Order: sequence, then structure tokens, then C-alpha cells
Amino acid sequence: MGIEVRGMKKAFGSFMALNDVSFTVNDGELVALLGPSGCGKTTLLRIIAGLETADAGAVLFDGADASQRSAKDRRVGFVFQHYALFRHMSVFENVAFGLRVRPRAHRLPDAEIDRKVHELLTLVQLDYLGSRYPSQLSGGQRQRVALARALAVEPKVLLLDEPFGALDAKVRQELRRWLRRLHGEIHLTSVFVTHDQEEALELASRVVVMNKGVIEQQGTPDQVVEHPATPFVLHFLGNVNIFHGRVQDGKALLGPLAVEYPEHRDTAPRNAAGYARPHELDVSRNDQQGGGLWASVQDIRTSGAIAKLELSEGEGSLIQVDLGREQFERLRPIVGERLYITPRRLRVFMSDAETPAIPNRSSPARASR
Amino acid sequence: MPPEASLKPEASLNQPISALAIRKPRIQQDPAWIRWGLTLIVLVVVGVLIVIPVVHVFSQALAEGVGVYWDNLFNDPDTLHSILLTLTVVPVALVANVLFGVAAAWAIARFSFPGRTLLTTLVDLPFSVSPVVAGLIFVLIFGRQGYFGPFLRSDGYSIMPYLFAFLGVVVLLAMYQLFRPTNPAARRGVWSYPWLVRLAGGAAVFALLVFVQQYFEVWPRNESLRIIFATPGLILATAFVTFPFVARELIPVMEATGADEELAAVSLGANGWKMFWRITVPNIKWGLAYGIILCNARAMGEFGAVYVVSGHIAGQTDTMPLRIEKLFQEYNLPGSFAVASVLTLLALVTLVLKAGLERQGIKKVDETVPAEFAAGERHGH
Repeated sequence: MGIEVRGMKKAFGSFMALNDVSFTVNDGELVALLGPSGCGKTTLLRIIAGLETADAGAVLFDGADASQRSAKDRRVGFVFQHYALFRHMSVFENVAFGLRVRPRAHRLPDAEIDRKVHELLTLVQLDYLGSRYPSQLSGGQRQRVALARALAVEPKVLLLDEPFGALDAKVRQELRRWLRRLHGEIHLTSVFVTHDQEEALELASRVVVMNKGVIEQQGTPDQVVEHPATPFVLHFLGNVNIFHGRVQDGKALLGPLAVEYPEHRDTAPRNAAGYARPHELDVSRNDQQGGGLWASVQDIRTSGAIAKLELSEGEGSLIQVDLGREQFERLRPIVGERLYITPRRLRVFMSDAETPAIPNRSSPARASR
Repeated sequence: MPPEASLKPEASLNQPISALAIRKPRIQQDPAWIRWGLTLIVLVVVGVLIVIPVVHVFSQALAEGVGVYWDNLFNDPDTLHSILLTLTVVPVALVANVLFGVAAAWAIARFSFPGRTLLTTLVDLPFSVSPVVAGLIFVLIFGRQGYFGPFLRSDGYSIMPYLFAFLGVVVLLAMYQLFRPTNPAARRGVWSYPWLVRLAGGAAVFALLVFVQQYFEVWPRNESLRIIFATPGLILATAFVTFPFVARELIPVMEATGADEELAAVSLGANGWKMFWRITVPNIKWGLAYGIILCNARAMGEFGAVYVVSGHIAGQTDTMPLRIEKLFQEYNLPGSFAVASVLTLLALVTLVLKAGLERQGIKKVDETVPAEFAAGERHGH
């Protein structure tokens, strides 16, 4: 079932949680709502499920307005962040709940419910735990029970709120892989909320990046990684170096760096910044282009296949460079040495009066987890 | 390293853990006289303030033998009536307080609305108001000289058809809210106008109920309805004084449990009724039981407010605490202590129940509640 969200607005007091959010999810897609905490993604998910009411806007399921339908009639499977398993019921009863509370006319006979619950528990590989209570399960097991419980009512849409947020790294990896396989098997339209860009990029067929109640960009993982629409998206999806400067006459002048910028041909200069990811920077001992940017090496860390260099440029601002192993072996930089930096690729964004909320360059978005 | 030093940890590992825990280094303990002195003080205080009075109640009650004790309790019609009166007033007040307490706790713990803080304060009001004042409030409202006095005296029952019709409509509306067809596909004809259904249906039911009650003359006409100096007043006063117990118990429990499980139930297709009975009630049952027990204990022993509204009509409006006081004033000490012993026994039963519940509750919490919730729930107890 396709979902369409139109002009969704929601305020909590004076705080705008959602400001005119619109997007669509096609039938069978697995979409990630990605953003920092407090960006409104969970609110959006709860509105789609009918657990929260919107101030304005509509939710459409397969083109039909569902805004007036209560949560119980939306046929939406919702997996809560902390699972919200019924603590006084066994795993079996948890999964059976949705089948047992149906109106008598639509309720399956007990034997049928029994069979179905076992089927679901087998699907999530927990059939042997049916008589346990939620508190006796590990986090990953609880997560899978919550999923089985949501799937029991044969939902048309599956919504997951930070599905792997409370799990340790290894279990998270496993569950991620498992969820992707599951989605491949049952092709259920699914939306999940996450603040972990890796998770979003690895799992989703499409990513919706949100910040402060608005959508910054939506597209396939490749699109948002390779062609970020805003500085925020750039920042949120990984480490990035910033070079401040201005644009004028179709050129961007960022300190010693100069690149073409045909989007602004005006003679009036405007503030701008160039962004380059650590792996998009080349370093060398001799200045190939002349007048290039130089910085001195502060710190070198080699981890696995890449070497991370930290260079300081002038007023103490740091530049991060990732070198491939071969490149690193060829260059063999030493701490204190002066190196020239050439960006292979530089994305320029004009900064308007308001600068986007940008985390500190030296503390990349990953640290916000 | 000397050989005995390396052996020591192994030796202590072989000892049972309990032995290790008991044997504390002397330096970690307070001197013996402090430990024994403090223990003694506590024992003396508990003995003088609690144990001796309780023992004394029973010894005085039985001072003239079991036969007299039995006579004092069950062959004195006024005493017997006071016991029966307490056993009618308390359950009614209890039921009212459970209904209102659950509703208030639900509203406060699950919703944010203007006046929520005010409601929280109001729930606590009966604790802070002196019971005597509470009694006086009711005398002021329902007494002969009170606001409704003249009306109640001339034809007090005439309000009853409307009151009961109103209550009936409220109950029906609540049922409608819980069971109404919410799915647009299930709504047909008149059901697609929920507000029309509520308004027209409510008005029709109200009119019907009023008509039925008047047609069959359920209530006497032109008769004075006594609230003060009668059982309704006793129930009102008792319910008022014990109002906070259930709500106060439930609010922290419900806040600690959170709304997620209830929302999960709704998203799985449960209607309000099923959600409440299958998810909410099991989650709050220990807190609820605890609140009921405390409320019950307090309601049975209530003296001040009841004293003001009862009028002390022997055999009519004397509850057990009032009867005790009256017998005591009449120098009927064995009689007084006999009734007191019954009240004390009821209190002891309550305490045992409470202790059992606490143990059960904590066990349940340990068994089925994730660690992050356990602290909150135990705090509620």
C-alpha cells in the first residue's frame, strides 16, 4: 500500500515539530526517515500510524484519506522504539494479541490463531521462546517479538521507530541484515525512523533526510550521498571539511582555492562555503597548481585500509584527510610537515543570512549518536 | 610474594558467600553500645506507641470474658447496627473512589490539558483539609440551613429522576465512546454523524429515563430527602476524605508504565474497552489493589468528617468509630473496647493483605518488568 503525506504540520506549544512536510512512499518500498533527534521524524511516524494528531495536512493510504481513521482501523503495524511489549503476557500472547482483540465476527478460531502465531514466531526465529515473558528476553529478541506482533495483524504498512536504537553494535548489524532479507521476502511497504546514517543508507531503498521539522532532501541512498541538496545533508551523512569564502562572477573564491560556480554570475559577492569530504582531498609535498592551500600535519592515525590525517591550516582550523593505504605508503607524511591540499571535488553552497545548523567540523555528525 | 598471601584469596573463594558477607571488619562497624542503644530505643518506642496499645485494646475487650465480649458486640442492637452501617458505607465510598481515582489518574498520567496541574492539586485537597472542615462543608451544602436545604426539605426526591437519567446518559456515552464504529467503512447512515448520534441519542435516552421514573413513581413526592444526619451524608463524607488514596497510588504507576503499551494495543486493533481491560488494568493492578486497601483502612476508621455529618443517632447514623466514642463516653469500657478490637482486627487484616500484596507486587515487578521500569513501579508502592 502506498502512503502519501501532504502538507503535514504539527506544533508542540511554540515548538514546530513538523513544518509543511510532504512525501510519498510507493507500494513495497522501504523508506528511511533520517535526521538528528528532535527533527520531527518520530512525530511524523506516529501521525502516519494515527497515534498522534496533526495540526494540518493529510495522510493518504493508496490515495484514500486516512486522517479521520483511528489508529485501530488503519491496519498499520507499529514497532515502538522500546518495543512496548505487553509485560504481563508471554511472547506467544503478545503476538496473538492483535488476533484475539478482533471483533468476534472477524476473529479466527483459536487453533488458527495458534497456528498463525507459531508461523510468525518461526519467521522471526523465536518459536522456542513462546512461553517466556518479555523481561526474560534479550534486546534483539524483544525487537523481533515486537516485529512479529506487528506483523500478526497483517498490516498494509509497517512503521518502525528507531528499530535498532537500543541494541549493541553486533546485534544491530545482524538485525539489519535480517530485516532487509525479511523485507525482500514479504515486500511490505515500510517506513523506519533512524538517526544513524549508515543504517538508513544500508537498509532503505529511499532516504528522507529531515531537519528541524522540514525535509532537506529525499532520494535514493546514492543520490543523497553523491548529490546532497543542502549543507545539512552533507554534514549529516559524514565528516566534511569546510572552506569559507565567497562567490562572484560565476566563480567561487574560497581562501586560496578557486572553482567555477556558474550558479551565481552576479558581480555582487555573496558568502559561500565549499565542502569536501576527507577522502575527496589529495595531499602532496609540492604545490602542483600554484598558490594552493597548505597545512601542517597534526596527527596521523592509520586504521585498517585508510589513514586519517589531521592537518591544521593557519588559525588552528583543522582539515581532515583520508588517504588510501597505497597513497599513504607512497607519501609517508610525518607530523609537523607542511603539505599542499588539492580537493578532487568541492561542493559549493551559498550561505544565506542564516547559516544552517552545522555541527563542529572536528566533531563530525557521527558523534551526535 | 610469600606463599600464604597467594593462598589467601583461594581460601576465601572456597568459603560460602554468606559467611564472607557476615564477617565484617570491626573497623566498618559502629561501637556495640551505639548499635544496641539505638536498637533498644526503637524497640521501646515501638512497644510503647504501638504494641502495648494494641494488646491493651484486646485485653480490655476480653477483660470480662469471651461471653461478655460476644454480648457487647452482637447483642447490643446499636453496636451491631454500627458495624453493619460501616460495612455499607465503606464499600459504597470505595467503589466511588475507585471509579473516580482511576479516571483522575488516567487523565493526569496520560493527557496534557489546561487545568491538569489544578486537577492534580484538587486530588490532594482532601488530604490537606481537616476532616472536620470537610464534614462542615457538606453540612453547609446539604444541611437544613445550607444552600440546598430548603429544596431538599420540601421535595428533595424530585431531583432524583433527572440525576439518575443524567448518570444513565453519561454511562451510555462512555460506552458509545468505547464501542462506536470508528472505521469509516463500518459507519453507515446515521453513524457517519457521531456528534448527531451523541446529542440526539443522549437527549432521547435522558427524556426516556426521566419519563419512566416519573411514570412508575420510583421516587416519593413531596418528601424531604435527608443527606445530612443520614447514610448519604456519611458516604459523601467518607468518600471525600479518602478520595486521594486510589488516584495517588495510580498516578506514579501509570506514569512509570508509560502509554506505549496502550498505544501498541490500539495500533493492533484493540478498542478502548479491550485496551483498558487487557493492558491498562493488568499493568496497574498492584497499585490499584494497594490503593483500595489503604482507602479501605482509612474509610473504616474515618471519624472527624463523619462525626460532623452523622448527628449521632444511635442505631441510625453511628458508624463504628462513632459508636466506640459514644460507648467510651458512657463509661461502657468493655463495650467500647470490644468494638475497638473489631476495628483493630480489620486494620490488622488490612496490614497483612498489604504486606502480602507488596511482596507479590515486587515479585511480579522483578519477574516481568524490564529493569528500567522496575524502579519507578516500586517507587509507586
